[in-house]
Amino acid sequence: MYVAVKGGETAILNSYALLADARRGDTDVPELSVAQIRQQMRLAVARVMSEGSLYDEDLAALAIKQAAGDQVEAIFLLRAYRTTLPRFGYTLPVDTARMGIRRRISATFKELPGGQVLGPTYDYTQRLLDFTLLANGVATEPPAQAEALPADMPRVTDLLAGEGLIEPETPPDGDPAPVDLSREPLKFPADRATRLQNLARADEGFLLALGYSTQRGYSHTHPFAGEIRMGEVALEIVPEELGFAIEIGDITLTECQMVNQFAGSSTAPPQFTRGYGLAFGEAERKAMAMSLVDRSLRSQELAEAIKSPAQQAEFVLSHSDSVEASGFVQHLKLPHYVDFQSELELVRRMRATHGQPTPEEETA
Amino acid sequence: MTTSGYNFAYLDEQTKRMLRRALLKAVAIPGYQVPFGSREMPLPYGWGTGGIQVTAAILGTNDVLKVIDQGSDDTVNAVNIRRFFARTAGVATTNRTPEATVIQTRHRIPETPLAAGQIMVYQVPEPEPLHRLEPREAVTRKLHALADYGFMHVKLYEDIARYGHIATTYDYPVLVNDRYLMAPSPIPKFDNPKLNHSPALQLFGAGREKRVYAVPPYTKVESLDFEDHPFSVQQWDAPCALCGASDSFLDEVVLDDVGGRMFVCSDSEYCSNRQAAGHAGSAVKEAA
Amino acid sequence: MNAPHTPLLPGLPQPAPDSQRIFRQLLDAMAQPGRIHALQVAVTAPAPLAPAASAIALTLCDYETPVWLQSAGPEAWLRFHSGCPLVDDPGTARFALIDQPASMPALAAFAQGEAEYPDRSATLIIQVSAFGEQGLVFAGPGIDGETRLGVAGLPDQFWRDWQQSHGRFPLGVDLVLVAGTRFLCIPRTTTVREG
Repeated sequence: MYVAVKGGETAILNSYALLADARRGDTDVPELSVAQIRQQMRLAVARVMSEGSLYDEDLAALAIKQAAGDQVEAIFLLRAYRTTLPRFGYTLPVDTARMGIRRRISATFKELPGGQVLGPTYDYTQRLLDFTLLANGVATEPPAQAEALPADMPRVTDLLAGEGLIEPETPPDGDPAPVDLSREPLKFPADRATRLQNLARADEGFLLALGYSTQRGYSHTHPFAGEIRMGEVALEIVPEELGFAIEIGDITLTECQMVNQFAGSSTAPPQFTRGYGLAFGEAERKAMAMSLVDRSLRSQELAEAIKSPAQQAEFVLSHSDSVEASGFVQHLKLPHYVDFQSELELVRRMRATHGQPTPEEETA
Repeated sequence: MTTSGYNFAYLDEQTKRMLRRALLKAVAIPGYQVPFGSREMPLPYGWGTGGIQVTAAILGTNDVLKVIDQGSDDTVNAVNIRRFFARTAGVATTNRTPEATVIQTRHRIPETPLAAGQIMVYQVPEPEPLHRLEPREAVTRKLHALADYGFMHVKLYEDIARYGHIATTYDYPVLVNDRYLMAPSPIPKFDNPKLNHSPALQLFGAGREKRVYAVPPYTKVESLDFEDHPFSVQQWDAPCALCGASDSFLDEVVLDDVGGRMFVCSDSEYCSNRQAAGHAGSAVKEAA
Repeated sequence: MNAPHTPLLPGLPQPAPDSQRIFRQLLDAMAQPGRIHALQVAVTAPAPLAPAASAIALTLCDYETPVWLQSAGPEAWLRFHSGCPLVDDPGTARFALIDQPASMPALAAFAQGEAEYPDRSATLIIQVSAFGEQGLVFAGPGIDGETRLGVAGLPDQFWRDWQQSHGRFPLGVDLVLVAGTRFLCIPRTTTVREG
């Protein structure tokens, strides 16, 4: 006789044990430490921090370990932890012009004040598998002692602005405090600060594909990588009892300022426009893709025709979050017996009458 | 895993206050979708985070919680959510509908009639009833503001023209208090009549879409229809094979690979209560 | 700020469980307009607030909710325990605490919400002198048919003003009426007539 399925709780507890065992793998192989992940998988840590919206390298590394390296799962773990944290205050805006630079490149000027600084980059590696790493070998040559970089490197966009060639960056009227998307729902139309916040938390793969689509003609924005810089910036807060700013630490950021051609409109002269990207840690692909998408999403304000996916703000912003997308795509594996039963009944009924004239045909 | 270091019912007090304010407005504007600052929960979006946040915001130590998924207390997702609140809030849980003060549900309304003082919490994947016709929230908000639901009537009427009946079987749209078009969540349309004039308070939470809405007790909830095509619910040819009920929603159970199947109550509690009371369906009689 | 000789009164004795209990009463009251609830938490309210008004304010208000106070007195207490900003313009408040209904602004002076977001509207917590059993007939969602009750201490034009506000549905304000430690709710969907 048929008996309804029971024992869900036992099954769940068993799945925990199986998962823990699978995560650990062969116990003859030494266990990864969180410190190792933090130190040796720093780009994975950066992505989890950015999309997890929490700058904490240890917790991001822990999340990666717990998620067995699944980035989207690690981001979810970090978000779910973050949401329970109390807020003590808001920092002042960071000033990337005062960044302690480790990498800075511009595709628009050969020479510029402060110079080009290649820094740690995969760009000119020759993508040959390094079998010394397979044998746990170490790099043979320690890096040359770099000469100290100037403390202030002007941003390329500031140089263009000096000549009036690029649109001025002016805050909206009254310089309102930005919406906090982790506390308030997204509403449309969304202003640029809100859009950028959404893009900063957005799935890197989604931004990459959308940014790429703009280069292939789906709303071409004629982009030039005006400047990409990576390094450390100071975080400052103003405690109410002190009344002045104090530094509470440094974070690593990657910033991309895309410079885009703009033919002008009835109200604006021809000039360059901007697309902006910012991400935690070393995250150049993310920052660049973000700046392309940011520029595309400005189509309406720049009176450009809106024809392509990357220009449609509600489409982009509603589908950018990996935690939301992953949850909803995967919810399809939850039971849908009742909905399916309803559809089964309907399809059977429709099949039974298939081929008979429809009411429309009958009345015709 | 440990739950130490987390708040009662997981959410922090500020988040609960924000949700509570949204819920009061939802009750004051029946059927209207109130945006709220949905949080990441320790369960994935799409798995009941809206219902969980609503339950977490209302739950107290004296509550008795029932959680069902597809009508059953025993499916893994229902078990998981019930465990979550037993761990984070220490509340009593039950399978028995009359004993529950709060019932969180996915896709069903219990067959046992609800009572005054009870609160139903629905998990909602897609709160916008118009979303299949118009995916842009900026537009659907305008349509709701104007109570312009002609769109939906046209869609349903096209079904009738094409198939002879309305081809929507679950998440069947309803009009609340003669004003707001509302998605009842993916309950079968069989359950729609239970929404109308219910003595219980009904709260709906959509976590991923960051909206809550409500139907107060004793409120008119009307399934959309046409004079010449009145709303009707699903019917089955035979009663439940286990308990003999002919007034419940039935799930089809596939018994073998040669077409053998039987139909049993989707509401597992209702079915087992009836069997305990001595009712028997065909499968039970055959086995005896 | 407070003068040193008047120490701040305490807030809710156990903020988390107390505010949960008060909220559930509010939810029930909003879902069943006209049903009277009695506060089950002991609160020492700062003048001129009634105990139920102050307990409800602490349950619902925080730094995200601008509050309009009709009368001076509870500012420091409210700011300390809830962190809510206080505003001078009733039109910008999410909550209003009204202790002198005879001289309160018209209902239309408070935030009514927007056509696409009618929830962005004010909730008024109004202190009345007493609840009775007769005088008003309530109907609407949450009420099985009609319900009768009396409210003493509201100005004559109040219910006319209310019916006008009801006519603006889905825009409008929602009410919490407080008499000492007792309270009831009247959402914008409720029609009220004298009888």
